[in-house]
Amino acid sequence: MTRLGPLLSAVFVASVLTVACGGGSQESAAPPPPAPTENPVDPATAGNVTGRVAFAGTPPKPALLRMDSDPNCAGEGGSATEESVVVGDGGALRNVFVYVKDGLGSLRFPIPSTPVLLDQKGCRYIPHVLGAQVGQTVEVLNSDPTLHNVHAVPGSNDEFNTGQPLPGMKHTHRFSVSEVMVPFKCDVHPWMRAYVGVLDHPFFAVTGPDGSFTLSGLPPGTYTIEAWHETLGRQTQTVTVAAKETADVMFSFAPAS
Amino acid sequence: MLHRFGVVVAASTAVLIFAGGLVTSTGSGLSVPDWPTTYGWNMFTFPIDKWVGGIYYEHSHRLIASGVGVLILVLAAWLWRAEPRRWVRRLGYAALAAVVTQGILGGITVLWFLPDPISIAHAGLAQLVFCLTVAIALVTSRGWKRGSTLDDGPLRTVSVATTALIYVQILLGATMRHTGAGLAIPDFPLAFGQLVPPVWTGPIAIHFAHRVGALVVAVFVLATVAHVLSHHRGRPELKRPALLLAAGLVVQITLGALTVLSGKEYIINSLHVVTGALLLVTSLVLALRAHRSRFAADVETVRVAA
Repeated sequence: MTRLGPLLSAVFVASVLTVACGGGSQESAAPPPPAPTENPVDPATAGNVTGRVAFAGTPPKPALLRMDSDPNCAGEGGSATEESVVVGDGGALRNVFVYVKDGLGSLRFPIPSTPVLLDQKGCRYIPHVLGAQVGQTVEVLNSDPTLHNVHAVPGSNDEFNTGQPLPGMKHTHRFSVSEVMVPFKCDVHPWMRAYVGVLDHPFFAVTGPDGSFTLSGLPPGTYTIEAWHETLGRQTQTVTVAAKETADVMFSFAPAS
Repeated sequence: MLHRFGVVVAASTAVLIFAGGLVTSTGSGLSVPDWPTTYGWNMFTFPIDKWVGGIYYEHSHRLIASGVGVLILVLAAWLWRAEPRRWVRRLGYAALAAVVTQGILGGITVLWFLPDPISIAHAGLAQLVFCLTVAIALVTSRGWKRGSTLDDGPLRTVSVATTALIYVQILLGATMRHTGAGLAIPDFPLAFGQLVPPVWTGPIAIHFAHRVGALVVAVFVLATVAHVLSHHRGRPELKRPALLLAAGLVVQITLGALTVLSGKEYIINSLHVVTGALLLVTSLVLALRAHRSRFAADVETVRVAA
């Protein structure tokens, strides 16, 4: 029996610890902070900020994505290219997150009841860059015939990593604090990247194929506008919005030398 | 028979370390977000058509680890039933406890998003599991039981120092690997074109420490080999591991250089990990054989039992 003791003890400890540490990924959703139900901005005086973001210089040729580690993706993705710098006609820079960084004071805004959608389709995140308000539901959908893991790697919010083994699965999440940006990745398919800008107000936009953006419904005032790009960095400009007026802002990003 | 099984277990552990190296080298550590399940499935019933992308590496690592865990459980039970030496039985229990702890560390590091200290501990404990299985295979061999008249204090000292230094060097490598400092110094053999880095950051310091560690290990390995070749050339049980150690050192430094120069190509990177482990256990075998006379009572115990 004296020989049996250590062996049985080891097996017992192993069993207990294995059970104690068991479990799987869980959906994580921070409770939304209390927020007003009505927009504090007077629509009679609200103005806008519009503008365009350009790429200065010769645009890089987008590299082809190698998706052959998952046959389901190779079939879906085909000739997909990577999205770190997407430049359209006339140097229009796509996927730039533009937002009001400063100037709103203590104004607080209602949380939209409609969710924002981050889709996984063709083994890519669509859209590549998006925005959401603190407390707003972000839905991450698997539209692919393969599995994904949804791995958010924030700096200020809580990190999460959850599996979506079946097509059509949806994960919902609400971020608890402002953060520009929260990177999303899929460790199964390492080329998949998305970025979510989380703010406590609704004044943000993502540039489209023509590089343009609009921040609408701003109360009159002076604001710091920031433009964020995943590889080209950040730029800020100060702009004054008069009542019922539209202010223009132009950003130009150059590749790092 | 027990010795042969011990060799199989040790070899399986080496395969497991290589598979673990592939997981980190391909950045697949979090491609299966749950543990001990796999995307909600029991890990042994996870459909093979879903082993895609990073899952292939992470899930294979888990299955191989489970297999090695079972092998070590059988080894420990076998030792408990058949081994007359208490300290050898204890090696079996230690290996079992270590591999169970290792599995739990592996699970925790996934559930906690790969925190560096846990991942480094996981890498470090893997080497100890390997050392234990190799030690068991060695001390259950016929050659070990025949005994030895060797009494060489300097060899005992230098071989133990070499083994300890290789282990420290592996821990440094694991720290570099898990903190993402593997390419903090992008050139080789120089550092930013100089002998010593002109700038210092945390990752550069870790990376440079691993390079300096390689030099220190190389000096001790060469001292050990030189001692064996000059004093024990006629003893194959010492000469063989010494020569293997020398050859392994050359291979390992080459792999380290290629890891940097190839931008951490994942096969080269993983071979660097497992070659480090093989160097460690080769040095351990030499050190244990150098200490064989200290286990004189073994011969008597084994003979009485026989």
